Amino acid sequence: MVKMMYREAILSTIVEEMTRDPNVVVLGEDIVGGMGTAGGPEAIGGIWSTSIGLFGKFGANRVIDTPISESAIMGAAAGLALAGKRPVAELMFADFIGVSLDQIWNQMAKFRYMFGGKTKCPAVIRMAYGAGFNAAAQHSQAVHQILTGMPGLKVVMPTTPNDVKGLLRQAIRDDDPVIFLEHKALYGSSGEVSEDLDYVIPFGHARLSRAGGDVTIVSTGLLLGRCEKVADMLAAEGIGCDVIDLRTTSPIDEEAILDSVEVTGRLVVVDEAPPRCSMASDICATVAEKAFASLKAPPLGVNPPHTPVPFARELESAYLPSVEKIEAAVRKVLSFR
Amino acid sequence: MQLSREALLRAYRQMKVIREFEERLHIDIQTGGIAGFTHLYCGQEAVAVGVCENLTSDDKIVSTHRGHGHCLAKGCDVNGMMAEIWGSREGLCKGKGGSMHIADVDKGMMGANGIVGAGAPIAVGAALSAKIDGLGHVAIAFSGDGACNQGTTFEAMNFAVVTNAPAIFIFENNHYSEHTGFEYAVGTNNDIASRAEAFGMKIWRGDGTDFFSVDETMREVLEYVRAGHGPAAVEFDTERFFGHFEGDPQRYRGPGELDRIRETRDCLKRFRMSVTGAGLLTDADLDALDAEVLQQIEDAVIKAKAADRPTAADVLTDVYISY
Ligand SMILES: Cc1ncc(C[n+]2csc(CCOP(=O)(O)OP(=O)(O)O)c2C)c(N)n1
Ligand SMILES: [Mg+2]
Repeated sequence: MVKMMYREAILSTIVEEMTRDPNVVVLGEDIVGGMGTAGGPEAIGGIWSTSIGLFGKFGANRVIDTPISESAIMGAAAGLALAGKRPVAELMFADFIGVSLDQIWNQMAKFRYMFGGKTKCPAVIRMAYGAGFNAAAQHSQAVHQILTGMPGLKVVMPTTPNDVKGLLRQAIRDDDPVIFLEHKALYGSSGEVSEDLDYVIPFGHARLSRAGGDVTIVSTGLLLGRCEKVADMLAAEGIGCDVIDLRTTSPIDEEAILDSVEVTGRLVVVDEAPPRCSMASDICATVAEKAFASLKAPPLGVNPPHTPVPFARELESAYLPSVEKIEAAVRKVLSFR
Repeated sequence: MQLSREALLRAYRQMKVIREFEERLHIDIQTGGIAGFTHLYCGQEAVAVGVCENLTSDDKIVSTHRGHGHCLAKGCDVNGMMAEIWGSREGLCKGKGGSMHIADVDKGMMGANGIVGAGAPIAVGAALSAKIDGLGHVAIAFSGDGACNQGTTFEAMNFAVVTNAPAIFIFENNHYSEHTGFEYAVGTNNDIASRAEAFGMKIWRGDGTDFFSVDETMREVLEYVRAGHGPAAVEFDTERFFGHFEGDPQRYRGPGELDRIRETRDCLKRFRMSVTGAGLLTDADLDALDAEVLQQIEDAVIKAKAADRPTAADVLTDVYISY
């Protein structure tokens, strides 16, 4: 194991996979940074620092700095993948799926099904998502809610650097289109990461980050850390929380959730997207359907409100589920009789 | 055409307000009091002001992520904008939008925009509305050299041509889209206007660091579009004096580039030189305005800092009119 940051785990995995497989190519806006300027290529290396050095190592054929043309970037990823390459395309902000959704949703997600199972589209679409930077309504959204409901896409939401490593490698090697959601607020977080060049985490396998037994908390991404904080606080009172990091929302590890709820009988799902048709409402419904007999309290979702993401500091922090709101929800399901 | 003394003073003042608004933000952002992404318009003032001074309040504009200059030039309130950028409840958008989403639709300012390329289609809609009304009003889409590569911009241009909409596509070519040079990203041989021309509309080109070039160009363009001849496009060559966003290390710039453009391509210096040289205004006239504007900005900052902060309950309002 070696210690590295979330963003370093992304870059190093891309380097390792590009080295291993000449079919892996990357594309996106400013991923080289400095093209056509006095500073020259790699003056910047991607606004998230997740592509530094790639251009020098792998050259312009495999490291494609694109104009601001998200629809064409997503479409080119779809075409590269259909033509036998393994594109890793970057959408600078997840919010820009708005400009490019057709290529993701009607094209790459559906090729295999529409073409009778006779083709594959091994594209990875990486995108930075999430609130926490006061970047306001068009640069802060959590988009898993929209993409998880689309048949044909796999949706990955890593929380730790090690999960980035195993899940991104799996995404690049996976033969289906994969949406890889990177939380902006986690890029600078660090942790121990596997050095095994074949380390992969199969999709649909959640990670138990805290084991307790009294209540089940499901989350992923930035909010997982807040759930862990609540679990640690409650542990001091003798209350045990199972904290489940979903890792992927499609496929979803139903078994891990159901197994835990069968023991705890109490469920809180903490989700960064608004409540309607959300990951939280989806998981609560699944548990109500499949573990009804085990439930000791109604399952509860903790989401931001049904509003766009606001700008001002006070507004954004009131928008995001806080440690206090998560704690209140957990106490509510615990005290239900 | 010779501008009146009043018009000259007003144009200078408008450019100076934008300049000092942005220079002050550049300083205040470093203190940590302002949240979010801020893209400063410094260097491009002559475009916003040269365009908007030729508009009426019935004409509409649609802006970009680098929107402060367009907003101020179209008449958005300085205090309201400053308060918005400081995230105050008394801001123009109640602290909900911030720098990238400043709007004042009543003034014909239909929004800054966080989505590059989103503005041009919206301007076409506003232009079609003006066409229906038949009063000779126009709608302007401000776009950058980066936004000109977005499919939405292409679609909007063709749409405007085939519907003969009174839309004007202003391309502010500041040579960079974030950290990428336009020579790399724009395929039509360093030329955005010719691309617009290929869509079938009349084009103009102007010097976006010279107020008089912008002003004269816009008089012609507006006369043409208001007369019902259909859409037009203008490429203004200009400069951005700061980074793409505040905090940008700007490693893509050449040595001495910023000093050079501040020296030779500063629209305020050029304006001062030409009006004093021609004996139209004196240095004293302009110095008096400079002092007035600095005070206005200082006041705006004091008010913004003292203004009410939004509360958690404010998150829930303004999503719908009724629900
Ligand atoms: C759809 C979309 N893609 C990418 C971005 C990120 N982004 C913001 S500004 C910008 C560059 C825009 O360049 P240009 O149009 O030349 O405007 P300038 O910044 O020079 O004013 C980019 C890539 C965005 N906000 N929206
Ligand atoms: Mg530009």
